Amino acid sequence: MSKQLNPSRRMNITYGWLLLLPSALLLVAFTHYPALATFWHSAFSTPKGIRPARFIGFDQYRAMADDPVFWTALVNNLWYAAGTIVPAIALAMLMALWVNGKLAGRGFLRLAFFTPTVLPMIAVANIWLFFYTPGYGLLDQIRGVFGLSAHNWLGSPDTVLWCLMFVSVWKDAGFFMIFYLAALQQMPPELREAAELEGANRWQVFRRVTFPLLMPTTLFVFVNAVVNAFRLVDHIVVMTRGGPDNASNLLLYYIYETGFKFWDSGYAAALTVVLLLILALVALLQFTVLERRTHYQ
Amino acid sequence: MTSWFTPLRRLAACLGATTLLAAALPASAVELSFYYPVAVGGPVTKTLDDMAASFEKENPGITIKPVYAGSYQDTIAKVLTAAKGGAAPNVAVLLSTDMFTLIDENVITPFDKVANTPADQEWFKSFYPGFMANSQTGGKTWGIPFQRSTVVMYWNKDLFKEAGLDPNRAPKDWNELVEFGKKLTRRDAAGNVTTWGVQVPSSGFPYWLFQCFTTENGVELMNAAGTETYFDKPAVVDALQYWVDLSRKHAIHPPGVVEWGTTPKDFFERKAAIIWTTTGNLTNIRANAKFDFGVAMLPAGKQPGSPTGGGNFYLFDKNTPEQNAAALKFVKWMTEPKRAAEWAIATGYVAVSPAAWDTPEMKKYVADFPAPIVARDQLKYAVAELSTHENQRVTKALNDGLQAALTGAKTPEAAMKDSQREAERILRSYR
Amino acid sequence: MQHSRFDYWLNSLGAWALGILWVLPLLYAVWSAFHPTEYSANFSLSAPLTLDNFRAAWAAAPFPQYFLNTFLLVSSILVGQLVLCTLGAYAFARFPFPGSNVVFGLVLVQLLVMPDIVIVENYRSLHWLGMSDSIAAMALPYMASAFGIFLLRQTFKSLPRELEEAARIEGCGPLGVLWRVYVPLAKPTYVAYALVSVSYHWNNFLWPLIVSNSVNTRPLTVGLAVFSGTDQGIDWAIINAATLFAAAPLLIAFLLFQRQFVQSFLRAGIR
Repeated sequence: MSKQLNPSRRMNITYGWLLLLPSALLLVAFTHYPALATFWHSAFSTPKGIRPARFIGFDQYRAMADDPVFWTALVNNLWYAAGTIVPAIALAMLMALWVNGKLAGRGFLRLAFFTPTVLPMIAVANIWLFFYTPGYGLLDQIRGVFGLSAHNWLGSPDTVLWCLMFVSVWKDAGFFMIFYLAALQQMPPELREAAELEGANRWQVFRRVTFPLLMPTTLFVFVNAVVNAFRLVDHIVVMTRGGPDNASNLLLYYIYETGFKFWDSGYAAALTVVLLLILALVALLQFTVLERRTHYQ
Repeated sequence: MTSWFTPLRRLAACLGATTLLAAALPASAVELSFYYPVAVGGPVTKTLDDMAASFEKENPGITIKPVYAGSYQDTIAKVLTAAKGGAAPNVAVLLSTDMFTLIDENVITPFDKVANTPADQEWFKSFYPGFMANSQTGGKTWGIPFQRSTVVMYWNKDLFKEAGLDPNRAPKDWNELVEFGKKLTRRDAAGNVTTWGVQVPSSGFPYWLFQCFTTENGVELMNAAGTETYFDKPAVVDALQYWVDLSRKHAIHPPGVVEWGTTPKDFFERKAAIIWTTTGNLTNIRANAKFDFGVAMLPAGKQPGSPTGGGNFYLFDKNTPEQNAAALKFVKWMTEPKRAAEWAIATGYVAVSPAAWDTPEMKKYVADFPAPIVARDQLKYAVAELSTHENQRVTKALNDGLQAALTGAKTPEAAMKDSQREAERILRSYR
Repeated sequence: MQHSRFDYWLNSLGAWALGILWVLPLLYAVWSAFHPTEYSANFSLSAPLTLDNFRAAWAAAPFPQYFLNTFLLVSSILVGQLVLCTLGAYAFARFPFPGSNVVFGLVLVQLLVMPDIVIVENYRSLHWLGMSDSIAAMALPYMASAFGIFLLRQTFKSLPRELEEAARIEGCGPLGVLWRVYVPLAKPTYVAYALVSVSYHWNNFLWPLIVSNSVNTRPLTVGLAVFSGTDQGIDWAIINAATLFAAAPLLIAFLLFQRQFVQSFLRAGIR
C-alpha cells in the first residue's frame, strides 16, 4: 500500500473531522456522555430537597442486589427478550418466504404483515388492552365460543408477560419481514434451483441454502430486535404499569419509575448501568461470535 | 443640521406619552398555569375548562391555563418533572396524599403563608375535617380540598331482584356481602361465570380499596406524621384475607387483579352485580347504567368505613406574590359553596364543605337523587388515605404485596410482611 | 419446480390465517370507532354507523395542536438527521482519517444505546442546558443518527470515485462534490431512511413523555396516552377513535405509497 501524500492526509483529517463534528457533538452529548455519567452518578446518593448528593461507592448496587423488584424486572426482561426476539425473527422469515413465494393475494399479505409497524405502540396498546379484557374482551369472547372460561390475561402474573410479548412480536415481525424480503429478492435463484435439482426437499433447501444466505440480514434484524426488547416499554405504561406485583416489570420501565416517579436518580443510574452492561454484552456477542460465522466471502 | 432634531424631538414626545399612558393602564394580567388530573369518567376536562373560563370572566386580571395531565400518577410525575426543570405550574390539583412528597421536594407553599388573615383561618375550618386530615401537617395547611371522595358501593337493583334479594337493601356487613354475593354470582351451562357478585378493583392503586377493608376491620395503616406504616398488623392481614377469600374461597369475586378503569363498564355490562368504586364515578354511572342502581355505604366489618380520596389544590413555591394572590383567589373561587356544589353535581365527588350542601342547587339535586348523600354521610366513618414520605414508593410496596396476595402468588401474611419490610426500609431515614 | 397442490394450499391457508390475525386489531379499532359505545364489546352486524366517537374524541383533546407538534417534531428531526448524517457519512466514506474506524465504531454504539436507554441522564443534561419542555428538546438527541450515518456511508462508499472527476473538473470543492454527485445518487437511500425515521419518530413515546409537559409541545403519542388513561373509565369507542387519529396519517401514507415504501427498502439493499 502506497503511503499517502501529506497534503492529502491533512485534507482527510481536516475535512473528516469538520464534517463529522456536528454529529459527533450530539452523539457525545446524548449517547456517550450520558453512558459515562450514569456510571459516575450511580456512585452517589440521590439529592433530596436541600440534602446534596453524597459519594457512597457501591451502596446503590448493594441496595440493588437486595431489591426483589430489580431481580424480578431483570429476569422478566431476559425472558421477554428471548420470547420476543426468537419468534419475531422466525415469523419474519416465514412471512418473507410466504410473501416472496407465489401465493394468492401476496399484496394483501404484505400489507397485513407490515401494518402494525406503522401504528404507534401507544395506540396499539389500547386496542390490545381491550382484546385482553376479561369477560367481554375479544380474546375471551372467542374463548367463549369454544366454551372456555374467561381469563384475566393481564391480571394474572402467569400470563401477563406472554401477552405483552405477543404484542411486541405482532408489532415487529412485519418490520423485520421487509429486510428478509429484500434479501430474498436479491438471492440468486440458481442456488436454490441447483439444490432442488440434486433432490433436496423444501426444508433441506431452506436449511442448507436459504437460511445461511440470510444470516447477514438475521444479524442485522437480531440487533434491532435486541434493542427493541430493552427499549420498548410503551405498552407496559398503558396496559399493566408493571403489574400485577411486578410480573410485567421490565428494566427500562423500572428505571422510568425509579427516575420519574420516585425521583431516586442515584438508584436509577445504578439500574441504567446494569442495562448498559447487558447491551454491551450483546454487542460483544454480536461482533465477535456471530460476525465471524455469518460472512464467508 | 438641525433638521434631524425635529423628528428626534417628535420621537421623544411620542415615547414620553406612551410611557405615561402605560403607567396609567392597569397592571398586565397574571397568568396561572394549572395542572389537573382526571380519574373518573365523564366530560370532566370540559367541565373544568368551563369553570376556568367563568373564573376568568369574573376576574379580568387573571388568565388561567388549565393543563390536563392524565391520571393522578401522571400529574404528580409531570408536576415534579416541570418543577425540577424550573417550570413548575402555579397551581395544581394533586392527590391529597402527595403532600409529604411535595413538601420533601420543596416545591409547594403552605396556604397559611398566603392566606394569613383571620377570615382565612375561618375559611380553612369551613371544609369537612375528614378531608383536612390529608391536607394539614406540622400545623400548616398545605392543600385545599377540591375533588374529594370516599369509596361507595354501587349495586344493580335488577340483578338483585332476579336473584331473589330485596332490590332496595344493600349488604350491610361483611357476612351479608358474602351471602348476597353467592346468590348474585351467575354461571352459564359450562360453569363459567357470567356475572360476579362483587367486584373490587385492584389495579393501579389497590391500596385505596384495601383501606376500605382495613378501616372496616378497625385498623389504620400509617401514623399521622407519615413516618410509620403498620402493614403487618394482624388486623390488616385479616382484612386482606377477607378480600382474597372473596375470590378464592367464596368464588363471588373475579380472580387476579381487577382493572379500575373497566370496573364501571363491567357494571354497565352486568358482569358485576356489586362494585366498589369512587363516588366520583357517580354521575358517569348514572349516565350510562341502563338499569336501576343503588348507592350505599360500604358494608361494615367491625365498623363501617372508607378512606377519603381524591385531590387537593396546591400552591407552588416559585410563585411570585402576585401569582400567589391570584392563585389563592382562584382556589377560593373554585371551592366556593356554589362552585363546589356545581362540581359535585357534575362528577359525583363529595362537595367539600357543609355550606355547599346547603346551596339551593345541591338541595334540589339530592331531592331527586339522594345517592350523593351516601358518600358525604360516610365521612363520619372515614379515615385519612394512606400518605407517607416517599409516598409513591411506599404505596408501590403495599400495592405489590396486595397484588401478590390477590393473584395467589403469596399468602396475605407473607405479602404484608414483605410490604412492611420494604416500607420500613424506605421510611427509616425519615424517623 | 413442482410444488404439490396440498403444499400450496397449506401455505396459503397458514399465510392468510396469520395475515388476518395480524390485521385484526386494526380492523377492530376501525369497527369500534365507527359504531356507538354499546357495540364496542358486542359485535352485531346491524349496529348503526356513527361519527359521534370521532367528534367526541376531537373535542376531548386538542388534537390539532398534537398533530402540529408531532409534525414539527418529526420534520425537525428528519431535517437534522439528513444534514448531519450526510456530512458524517461523507466524512467516513471519503475522508478516512487516522482512527476513523475506531470513531465509526463509537458512532455505532448509538445503535444500541439509544437516547431512551440513558433517559435519566439525558433528562438531566437537558435541564442543565435549560431546554425542557420544547420541541427542540425532544428532537435534539435524535438528530445525529448512527443508523443514518451507517446507511449513507455504505451508499457513498459504493459509488465509484470516477463520478467525482466530472465535478472536480468544474472546480467543485469537496462540499460541492457532495452536493452534486453523492446526494443525488443516494436518493433511494434517503427515501428509505426518511421513511424509517418518520415512522419511528411519529410513534416515539417514552422520551417525549418525559420531556413534554404542556399541550404546546405534547406530540400525538403522549396526547393519546394522557387521553386514554385508564383511571378515567374506558370508553373503547372514543379511545379507538382517538387512536385512529393518532395512527391515521402514517397509515394512510403507507397505504397510498406502500409500493414505494417497500420498494425503497428493497432497492436500498439494506444489509
